[in-house]
Amino acid sequence: MQTITRDPNLLPGWGIDADPDNDPTYPMRQRTPEDHDGYSWVRPTQQPITVEVLHSNERPNVSAVFGTSSPPSGLSGIIRRFAFNYSENSYLHWLPLLFADRVNVVEGIVEDLAHGKVPNIWAEKGYKAQWKYDRVGMLEKIAAAALVTTAAVFVLSRKSAPKKHSRSAR
Amino acid sequence: MLAMDFRGPKRVRASQKPMPEIKHPEDAIVRVTRTCICGSDLHLYNGNVPDTRVGMTFGHEFTGIVEEIGSEVTKLKVGDHVLVPFNIACGKCIFCKQGLFGNCHESNPEATAVGGIFGYSHTAGGHNGGQAEYARVPYANVGPTVIPPGMDPDDAVLLTDVVPTGYQAAEMAGIQKGDTVVVFGAGPVGIMAARCAWLFGAGRVIIIDHIDYRLEFARNYANCEAYNFRELEDPVLFIKKTTDWIGADVCIDAVGAEAAGNAMQTITGRKLLLQAGSATAVHWAINAVRKGGVVSIVGVYGPTDNLVPIGNVLNKGLTIRANQASVKRLLPRLIEHVQNGVLNPKGLITHRIPLEEVADGYRIFSAKLDNCIKPVLISPSAGI
Ligand SMILES: [Zn+2]
Ligand SMILES: [Zn+2]
Repeated sequence: MQTITRDPNLLPGWGIDADPDNDPTYPMRQRTPEDHDGYSWVRPTQQPITVEVLHSNERPNVSAVFGTSSPPSGLSGIIRRFAFNYSENSYLHWLPLLFADRVNVVEGIVEDLAHGKVPNIWAEKGYKAQWKYDRVGMLEKIAAAALVTTAAVFVLSRKSAPKKHSRSAR
Repeated sequence: MLAMDFRGPKRVRASQKPMPEIKHPEDAIVRVTRTCICGSDLHLYNGNVPDTRVGMTFGHEFTGIVEEIGSEVTKLKVGDHVLVPFNIACGKCIFCKQGLFGNCHESNPEATAVGGIFGYSHTAGGHNGGQAEYARVPYANVGPTVIPPGMDPDDAVLLTDVVPTGYQAAEMAGIQKGDTVVVFGAGPVGIMAARCAWLFGAGRVIIIDHIDYRLEFARNYANCEAYNFRELEDPVLFIKKTTDWIGADVCIDAVGAEAAGNAMQTITGRKLLLQAGSATAVHWAINAVRKGGVVSIVGVYGPTDNLVPIGNVLNKGLTIRANQASVKRLLPRLIEHVQNGVLNPKGLITHRIPLEEVADGYRIFSAKLDNCIKPVLISPSAGI
């Protein structure tokens, strides 16, 4: 019985197998020995860590540079620190971060007020532009909201009406 | 200095902020001359990207004049007018060495799946962006590229993301001569991808969107067929029919997480945030491509799970390629294309908005008002 060849050097090749330059996957990957050296490159100078930097637990350290835009703070910061105990593979990483973002919005408003600044929500939402270019759509939305509010008030007042009635009867 | 200031979902303003400083010997500070709002900024704007902190400045597409350099910056000098790729890349790590500048490992401590990106949440490194009068640019020896003399800054600013991302979308798709290419999404990147598909030898280019003015723009700018999926019974069925029941050779997803067109995806992805954005476009791409075809994804999705029809990927024998564009790797070729008139990036710009009116700019772009395709923000100290 004929067995398959044991020596891989005797197998006929094709594509990258025959010609290393014939690699249709570039730039996905270059096949160089350094690929297998792992976390071994000469790292750039480390940016001094002067603010609290949360780093993924899928890496051993803080990257050589990082942004310092908004260090974690307050309640949202506590939630973010919790999130970074879990890997990027985990919902316990991402969902708390999304939740922290919502908490952070409230903190932002409190911070504005503390600085004597009342946020101009109309302007921040760009409603001036919406009004300029989409007046009809905006009026429709406002009308729909007014309708929902009116209906809600109506339903609630109807529900509470018999109560009032029974109270007054007593 | 004046800078865009994120206050919460759909709430931004221009605030006074401290000037950026050199924090690392390879840093540069640039005075921003042009900066754009990008479709992927809308994922941040809408609050869909985890760890988007209040007070952050967005903006990953900008050009600027070098004002100050760190002690280890050798490739730039004060006064240079540079275009700054959206990815922050060290040039030394294993990924940068392979030309994967979009996947640098030394620019983002917060996540390993994505490299550092200017103004793109803490998940992309917490770097403030360029929608400001001044910006800090790390690794100034690697990314920033001096704008060639005579090049319009409006062309240059689109070389920071839109042009390379559209080009790489077509490149990753492995287009072969005569291929039918379908691009989902007629935003600036989708339009650019459609235009670049011709450069790689496509025989037919189709773009799918749901907003008529964008389709009209794409038809003219990219010289392609353009269809509104709201007028089609089913976009996948339509593509099967129009390709003699075979499917497109290549499908490009240039939409990402804000996709419209599927109620289930909208609710689970965009409203409840149970998946990392609505995956409608990638669904359509996988289902509309021929067996053995290629799906190329440049639309941005969040880091958590998506409901993606992976069974069809297996059964149809598809190749999926996706990445953030490695801007730096592509720049020499693309600068050549712009200089030779092969590509005309500034033709995409429809709006010029003062930085002071950034909130209106975001509203106009996100609500697709006033036939907006691509807005550029001009800071009060731009000078040009
Ligand atoms: Zn962009
Ligand atoms: Zn790197």
